[in-house]
Amino acid sequence: MSSILGISAFYHDSAACILIDGKIIAAAQEERFTRIKHDPKYPYNAIEFVLKFSNLKLSEVDQIVFFEKPFLKFERLLETYVAFAPRGITSFAKAIPLWIKEKLFQKKLLFNKLKSHDVNYKSDQNINFSDHHLSHAASAFFPSPFDEAVVLTADGVGEWATTTVAIGKKNNLEIKKEIHFPHSLGLLYSAFTYYSGFKVNSGEYKLMGLAPYGNPIYEEKIKTLIDIKEDGTFRLDQKYFNYATGLTMTNKKFNDLFGQRPRDPSNEKITQFHMDIAASIQKVTEEVMIKLAKSVRKEYGIKNLCLAGGVALNCVANGKILKEKIFDNIWIQPAAGDAGGSLGAALALWHIEQGEKREVNSDDNMKGSYLGTEFSQEEIEKELKSIGANFDRVNYEDLINKTSEFLSNQKVIGWFQGRMEFGPRALGGRSIIGDPRSDKMQKNLNLKVKYRESFRPFAPSVLRDDVSKWFDINVDSPYMLMVANINSDKKIKMSEDQKKLFGIDKLNVKRSEIPAVTHVDYSARIQTVNTKDNKRYYDLISKFKEKTGCPVIVNTSFNVRGEPIVNTPTDAFNCFMGTELDYLVIGNCILDKKKQNSKFKKDYKSEFELD
Amino acid sequence: MNFLIELYQFLKVRKKWWLIPILLFLCLFGWLFVFTQGTVVAPFIYTIF
Repeated sequence: MSSILGISAFYHDSAACILIDGKIIAAAQEERFTRIKHDPKYPYNAIEFVLKFSNLKLSEVDQIVFFEKPFLKFERLLETYVAFAPRGITSFAKAIPLWIKEKLFQKKLLFNKLKSHDVNYKSDQNINFSDHHLSHAASAFFPSPFDEAVVLTADGVGEWATTTVAIGKKNNLEIKKEIHFPHSLGLLYSAFTYYSGFKVNSGEYKLMGLAPYGNPIYEEKIKTLIDIKEDGTFRLDQKYFNYATGLTMTNKKFNDLFGQRPRDPSNEKITQFHMDIAASIQKVTEEVMIKLAKSVRKEYGIKNLCLAGGVALNCVANGKILKEKIFDNIWIQPAAGDAGGSLGAALALWHIEQGEKREVNSDDNMKGSYLGTEFSQEEIEKELKSIGANFDRVNYEDLINKTSEFLSNQKVIGWFQGRMEFGPRALGGRSIIGDPRSDKMQKNLNLKVKYRESFRPFAPSVLRDDVSKWFDINVDSPYMLMVANINSDKKIKMSEDQKKLFGIDKLNVKRSEIPAVTHVDYSARIQTVNTKDNKRYYDLISKFKEKTGCPVIVNTSFNVRGEPIVNTPTDAFNCFMGTELDYLVIGNCILDKKKQNSKFKKDYKSEFELD
Repeated sequence: MNFLIELYQFLKVRKKWWLIPILLFLCLFGWLFVFTQGTVVAPFIYTIF
């Protein structure tokens, strides 16, 4: 038996995963344990979990691999300061102490931290370092259902690379081309996230969600910032940006170009301007991704595409690549951000360094991304009793029947089942679910349950067999990383007056038979559900369909704004009591809000820092 | 010591000998950067460092 522990840490979304004989056994993000969103710290708890899950002590693990190379990153840092000098002295003075104190000595730092897991772990000889974008590419290719694929990765920045093209074949993966810092599609999108008043590294989803409310009238202006070539490669004009050496993403020239300062979220509302900005940057991002996809398809002639890196979480762009039919098949790593780097680093070590064979699975090898913690029925009941929760235990049939009944009565339910998902999306393991047919559901969920901005859309979970009857897509999208439109026969046409509405006002118009999951442009971020990956969730939606004729439910992550997705039954109970969720279904236990002791109700909204 | 060997190997592979003066400068004066900072905070809105 051979085991590999993969670690990503110290920037954002720390995570750990474990492979045994090349098979993915467990993976989790540190934020779920510490309850700090995007926690960048050493993933002590995540490592403890993956070791415990695989019944291993750290001293028994054969290899440990970190997801990137610190020396290479330091090289980039120094060269960037030299290239921009004397600009960036303030940033330099802040960054260097951090590096001299610890980041440069990451092997030692890691070794010291790792020792705290096991006193018998005594040598750093088995600590390896992967390359940031190779880790991303490996996380996309090796678990994919393809024997051969072009792998496209794009994110903010790793060591030097910001965008890469790699070719994967059997158990080999080779990076062929790279675009280097400071030219970065991820950082460009983040610059507009910052400019629109959202938090960089988490607000990108919001910007993407805001885009359909606007018109891309700033597209040409954005193209003065970015020079896009026919093959999709690009260069950013650095005179408009400040991220290479400064402490902000954009500068005065950038503000002057668009005519406004960055929005201050504490006292400025989102206006049509920000919606138009969002629509414009989204369009430019899609153009780059589509051009890149087309050029690599033509150059390598390979029919399969794998995607990873933070930009691959832009499901709208992914949906456009699919719609263009550039590739026959597309597979996207569900943990496409840095958390997934831990998995990719481990897989790269196993297949590339150790030359181990790869078994291609006709689905994929991610196990539905249900790679996190799980609790037995006994553990759930014990924990619920200890925290004073009042619950009914039911059998499987009743559980499915009652939950679907609650759903059809338009109740909002916390759904906590099986193993936790790895990656940013809740996929029916730690989800809040609702009835998509309700025209009040989106607003209620946003404002009374999730405590987030009213413009933000919700995603549908749909039975795989029924997806093409409701949406203009007929491929697997198990990880909610594809966007497609609602079919015409399910749409409700807007009146002339309604068409004239601007921005968020459009939200109040019922636009389809499933308004809660229909964005203003009739798009939806789809999760297809099959019986193999999550039978319980499949059965629930099937029962809901039996009762209502609708094979679709609303699925959003089980958390409130700024909170990491719930990890334990206690986290779930706290979120349940702190929000206007009606029922909580954990394992075979059903909790009715009306039957809970009101002393457990609390002001949950202010518990987490807003993202 | 291991650190210095690894750093040497890195510079050799990358052929970045010109970084040596900068690294020496940082070795000599780096402590100033470290000790003149009260606390080390991750100061950046995007963690590119």
